Amino acid sequence: MTFSDYLILFGGMGLATYLPRSLPLIYLAHKKMPQWLIDWLSLIPVAILSALLAPSLFADAAARSFAFGKLELLVAIPTLVFSLKTRSLGGTVLVGMLLYWLGGMVY
Amino acid sequence: MHEANKLTLRQGATAAWPICLGYFPIGLALGVLAQKAGLPWWAVAMMSGLVFAGSAQFICVAMIATGASTPAIILTTFVVNLRHVLMSSVLAVYLQGVNRKFLALFAYGVTDESFAVNLTRFRKGEWDRWRALVVNHLANAVWVMATICGALAGQFVPQGALGIDYALTGMFICLLVFQLQGRIYIITGLLAAALSVLWYLLIPGDSYIVGASMSAATIGYLLKRRHRRGK
Repeated sequence: MTFSDYLILFGGMGLATYLPRSLPLIYLAHKKMPQWLIDWLSLIPVAILSALLAPSLFADAAARSFAFGKLELLVAIPTLVFSLKTRSLGGTVLVGMLLYWLGGMVY
Repeated sequence: MHEANKLTLRQGATAAWPICLGYFPIGLALGVLAQKAGLPWWAVAMMSGLVFAGSAQFICVAMIATGASTPAIILTTFVVNLRHVLMSSVLAVYLQGVNRKFLALFAYGVTDESFAVNLTRFRKGEWDRWRALVVNHLANAVWVMATICGALAGQFVPQGALGIDYALTGMFICLLVFQLQGRIYIITGLLAAALSVLWYLLIPGDSYIVGASMSAATIGYLLKRRHRRGK
């Protein structure tokens, strides 16, 4: 691929990435949002975070099949408990990494 | 530099460090894969600069490696990034009336990770748009550098060092905990988890993220409304 081939490809991808991020923000920030929309949107973050996390803990990515007892899941349990107790983002990240690293040696 | 600006930068950087830590190994991995797929380092730099979207970039590299066409890759990118419509809409609640130039600059850096970090802080009421902007663009800078490093020298980095591959998972776990501010949030989160796993197993592609989160939020919203009416 030449320089201009890459430019067309990545330029197109850039637009396909930027528009879904910018249009709703620019439109909705200058519009009075109805209360039902605000209420519904307030539940979106917890739902999105769960939907991003759960398949990586409960499913095998290569085979796309259900998997119970992956190292990711085993580490997630103490990491979750730590985060509930301490409410510390940095601490949770480090504890998760440490456990995953140690777990990888024995698992 | 003005003291207030320094504080904004410092607090933004403090919020962004878990993202940066998590982006580094992923960016390296992407750079290595891109190099193996035949992309020169400057093309990797161009891609990360124009397209700040990790999962779409991984898919793009895989598609280039299998010889997919340019329109097919762009369309796939669009579909994979549709979930950001939801995230930008949520952020709009906290950026009401902000000028469009700022929003145009801010929107570029809305990713799963920056969204989760900024939203958590906006909710606590301890955040403003400038700190949020620092988070977005610092994460982006680290991402671009990590992918270039990966393309140039990634094959020399040992795999899985120090459990760093778990950084973003750990961050998402904690940010999820921060979101659990009442029973309806816990129910919605559990619903989204169950639906996303089912959706992931049954339907190919990435629609499980948008599909499961919108369904779970809708059910959660209806439950909440019924509960309120019942009182």
